[in-house]
Amino acid sequence: MPINGNEEFRPKIVAFCCNWCSYAGADLAGSSRLAYPADVKIIRVPCSCRVNPMFILRAFEKGADGVIMCGCHPGDCHYSTGNYYARRRMTLLFSMLDYIGVEQGRTRVEWVSAAEGVKFSATMNEFVEKIRSLGKNVRLEDLRCRN
Amino acid sequence: MQELINRIKELLADKTVERVLGWKAGDLSYNPEPAYFKTEDELENFVYDGFCGANLSKYMIEAAKLEGKTLVCLKPCDTYSFNQLIKEHRVDREKTYIIGVGCKGKLDIEKIKAQGIRGITSVSGAEIDGDAETLEFETVYGKKSCSYNDVMLERCYVCKGKEHVVYDEIIGESKDTSEGADRFSEVSRIENMSPEEKFAFFQKELSKCIRCNACRNVCPACSCRKCVFDSNKFDSAQKANTDSFEEKMFHIIRAFHVAGRCTDCGECSRVCPQGIPLHLFNRKFIKDINEFYGEYQAGEDTESRAPLTNFTFDDCEPGIVGERG
Amino acid sequence: MFKTAKENLPALFRLIAENQELYLPVNTAGQVNFAAWTEDAEVALDVLKTVKSPKDAFFPQSENLYKCTKDGKSISIEPEALKDQNFVVFGMKACDLRGVEVLDRVFLSDPVDTFYKARRDHGTIVAMACHEPSESCFCKAFGVDCAEPAGDVSVWLTEDSLYWNPVTEKGQALTDAVSSLLENTDDCAVEAEKASIRNIVDKLPYSGLSLEGWNGDVLMEKFDSPLWEELYKPCLACGTCTFVCPTCQCYDIKDYDTGHGVQRYRCWDSCMYSDFTMMAHGNNRTSQMQRFRQRFMHKLVYFPANNDGMYSCVGCGRCVDKCPSSLNIVKVIKSFQKQEGEKA
Repeated sequence: MPINGNEEFRPKIVAFCCNWCSYAGADLAGSSRLAYPADVKIIRVPCSCRVNPMFILRAFEKGADGVIMCGCHPGDCHYSTGNYYARRRMTLLFSMLDYIGVEQGRTRVEWVSAAEGVKFSATMNEFVEKIRSLGKNVRLEDLRCRN
Repeated sequence: MQELINRIKELLADKTVERVLGWKAGDLSYNPEPAYFKTEDELENFVYDGFCGANLSKYMIEAAKLEGKTLVCLKPCDTYSFNQLIKEHRVDREKTYIIGVGCKGKLDIEKIKAQGIRGITSVSGAEIDGDAETLEFETVYGKKSCSYNDVMLERCYVCKGKEHVVYDEIIGESKDTSEGADRFSEVSRIENMSPEEKFAFFQKELSKCIRCNACRNVCPACSCRKCVFDSNKFDSAQKANTDSFEEKMFHIIRAFHVAGRCTDCGECSRVCPQGIPLHLFNRKFIKDINEFYGEYQAGEDTESRAPLTNFTFDDCEPGIVGERG
Repeated sequence: MFKTAKENLPALFRLIAENQELYLPVNTAGQVNFAAWTEDAEVALDVLKTVKSPKDAFFPQSENLYKCTKDGKSISIEPEALKDQNFVVFGMKACDLRGVEVLDRVFLSDPVDTFYKARRDHGTIVAMACHEPSESCFCKAFGVDCAEPAGDVSVWLTEDSLYWNPVTEKGQALTDAVSSLLENTDDCAVEAEKASIRNIVDKLPYSGLSLEGWNGDVLMEKFDSPLWEELYKPCLACGTCTFVCPTCQCYDIKDYDTGHGVQRYRCWDSCMYSDFTMMAHGNNRTSQMQRFRQRFMHKLVYFPANNDGMYSCVGCGRCVDKCPSSLNIVKVIKSFQKQEGEKA
């Protein structure tokens, strides 16, 4: 994506959404006509616990500027405990990314229920804004994937 | 060392064990290799000295598949790795006879060479018996010497202590070589850097990586039968760091796969041909686990659940990383 | 014979780098490897062995071959350009040079590897004598004289000076380009340095290593030896020995999905890896013993069989220094010798 004076930076955002809550939350946001930027690309996963740390890194590799993971609220996981494991895993991963010098804020976890269309849209708006302020991801991208 | 060899001979003779896993003297004075011994004659080449840094726990995964009992010599820190492997059902305790060998710190030949000691033809002071504080070298450039304490492996300066956590018997004295050092001090130093400095630091270190996989292959916790990085059905089997992203990907994922299971045995840093301080990745995870989920030492026991296969209802949220500043 | 004072070295490098790329031993985060010279590079010319051999200069660990880009329904293919700029590799040792000769046999024989050839054509090698050889060196066993490396220019680094002797036309051209920093001198100092180096080499523990019994004709005898089954045991199956080796030349060709096309590249492969020479039908070496054997058989039997007796080990000793399990080619050679001695 060329970045020049006339064109505004449009970040690429990948959102991993669990099938049972967050994806339905996104659906509700859509059917309720709540706006959120089209820069957010949703990938549906069976459970937030399905998200392997490699998924996050791979998204950055292929050119994502921010990655957000959404799952059921703790206690509400369709599989009872999946999101608890995911929570620990993402905490450690985010801490590691911070440790190797990737800007804080490029990754985020948010718990969004099927009823929280408003929260979904607000979260995405906020996240896109944050990534826009951080600018393009250059520290974790694979240069071969540049257009 | 003679006591150890005599005991091994006894155990071989009375058929308590079929074979012995120890170290065989090398052809230079400082390069012993891990080896199996089956007979008394073969034991002539058995050696155990300051250069026997290799952690033999991982070899027990294969040895456990052999007929009969295997005797293995483990240093105090190696026993943590072995315990962790028991927990993961990767080794067979019943088929293992562990002699806990004493340890007074293991030597790093790279550090010795960095002191300008080259052309080594013989070494004295590295023996396990005796309390030599100085290593004496005969070299083709004359006699050289250095202090034992200055040229130990990194892990020995943050020694886990002189206790073996699993053994059948112990032979020899051990010494805690850490002198109370904080093993997380280097991690903390990096945490306090600015993102730019952190990035530059790791970029520089990781740019040396040649993807030889020594860190992975030596790691007792890396015991998958087929590594994700070897799968030809998978994009990550890149073999070379064609882009600097690959370096980061490999090392983050390598450390992540052993997070909560890594005993901090330091083998990864010992074997890296490019001297990359790989323990800094593992220790970061250990430090975070300790801070977020309570003190945990992998390999200390064989029952507890590892931090990443466990949770509590009120664990911190991932946002804590940003809040911590 | 020319010479220049040691303190002139930065000026010399600057002068060479004015017109072409210059690769030389550089210390990065504590380790010395060949890298491009820059003003703030920490040049470490006095280090005996770089971790990786300088074969990267001609046969990089990974290099692109071509790029396919998808645009709508059309696909464009863009081959990677061949090296067309001159460059200098400064500070290769005699063993590294022999390594390049081995690579030449592989890549310059028919069919010629154009990527490699372009680099060889444009590269000028400044070869340096080994001021202080170490205990892991055994180049003498392979007939390499580390006191007198050839290259395009031979240089000797002593306590205070760099002695410079052009060998080839390319070397003469480089000498002319830096002549402002060189002064004429006689051979005395260099002869003394050579004598001192050779004297040290004779004292090294591996210098007496004998290659008796290793040649292209002993294939089945060595291949079937039960010793391999013992020798490979401590091997971790990492690729350290092959990646630090100046002669290991196996590579793999891979495709990388860029999301908008494919980048085809080749990268070093290692016979120690489980997917080495994997084919559609599977793998023809199924155990680590076989893979381990492959490395040494290749260096000491297969290669000489196909290359007029030339071994593809040069005795640089990098594998001796770097193997995590302290295995190496010297131990292999010695073990066979011992066993054959016992038999006789």
